[in-house]
Amino acid sequence: MRQATLDRRDVLARIFPDPDRYLFISGLAGPARDTAGLTKDGANTFTMAGAMGAATTVGLGLALSAPDRKVAVVTGDGELLMNIGSLVTVASMAPPNLTIVCIDNGCHGETGGQTGHTSRTANLEQIAKGAGIASSTVVETEADLDKAAAFLEEMPGPRFIQVRVTDGPPTNYKRNFNMAECRIRFRTAAMNTAGG
Amino acid sequence: MTTTDWSKQLFDDLVEAGVTLFSYVPDAGNKKLIEHVSARNDTTAVLLTTEEEGVAICAGADLAGRKSVVCMQSSGVGNVPNFLSFVKGGNFPILMIVSMRGDYGEQNPWQYPMGQAVEPILTAMGVGIVKVDSLDDLRPATRAALSAVFAAGQSTAIVLTQRFLGAKQF
Repeated sequence: MRQATLDRRDVLARIFPDPDRYLFISGLAGPARDTAGLTKDGANTFTMAGAMGAATTVGLGLALSAPDRKVAVVTGDGELLMNIGSLVTVASMAPPNLTIVCIDNGCHGETGGQTGHTSRTANLEQIAKGAGIASSTVVETEADLDKAAAFLEEMPGPRFIQVRVTDGPPTNYKRNFNMAECRIRFRTAAMNTAGG
Repeated sequence: MTTTDWSKQLFDDLVEAGVTLFSYVPDAGNKKLIEHVSARNDTTAVLLTTEEEGVAICAGADLAGRKSVVCMQSSGVGNVPNFLSFVKGGNFPILMIVSMRGDYGEQNPWQYPMGQAVEPILTAMGVGIVKVDSLDDLRPATRAALSAVFAAGQSTAIVLTQRFLGAKQF
């Protein structure tokens, strides 16, 4: 396996050059900080700080319920693996408006950097393919990153992007942890904003 | 009223209240209900790999203003507690339908531990319970749960007991 070189703090802005066009669901820890940093914790963003494993299926429920909106789930390798079956559920429902971005740092950064399964034997993109996700790719170089935004626009959904990054720190962004406030904020925005 | 009939009544009452997204782990107790969901093109059935996905789907649907329910056997309640963090933390309206095992007349010893843990788990996580012991209970319980969840924001499980469903015969 190739050594990861990408800095996670740089990748989301390249994958989503126009984040206002998306509704974002983010799983806990690093991916939540990176996502909040991307959108300035905007009303189109619902980040989690618990319920590890839930991001993908929250995104699925949202994508099925807002079929005219583009929905992006940002998760981590540890979070995704905790409910890896959710990729199967996504694939079988096949929402065309859903993209799952997995920021894979190969470790559990939030709890001390303990080694994760993707540093050993697990290959998430192969798992996504095996689940039946329509389009999947691995981003691990600058050249891959250059093509990621086009992948989102051109490939049929649901899409899965495994972004292999170093084990460096996530974006330093202090987001709102009040779940009830963030729910109301998001619902208001999701229901009042036109798609794009 | 036959098994098919009560499932149709339950389905009709849920649809009338605006519930259109039904996620489920298959169980004998929700088989007919999901068949009704699949038979229409304005309701959606989502087959899950594990029950907690359905709780998350309810939360995601709510973020877009859609009403959703997750259907599971009592054993599945043991899979959902961490995801029920959405209930107390965020006032997400989670509606559950739990078909009981390990309950009245159960013959399988493996079903009793989770059967007996359903109420304490749901209570601990802030989910209210309305029980259905007979056909007469079904409609008022369904309506009570719909009001609690979607009018008051109090997550609730409709628990279909084995007095109502009958115990599985071995």
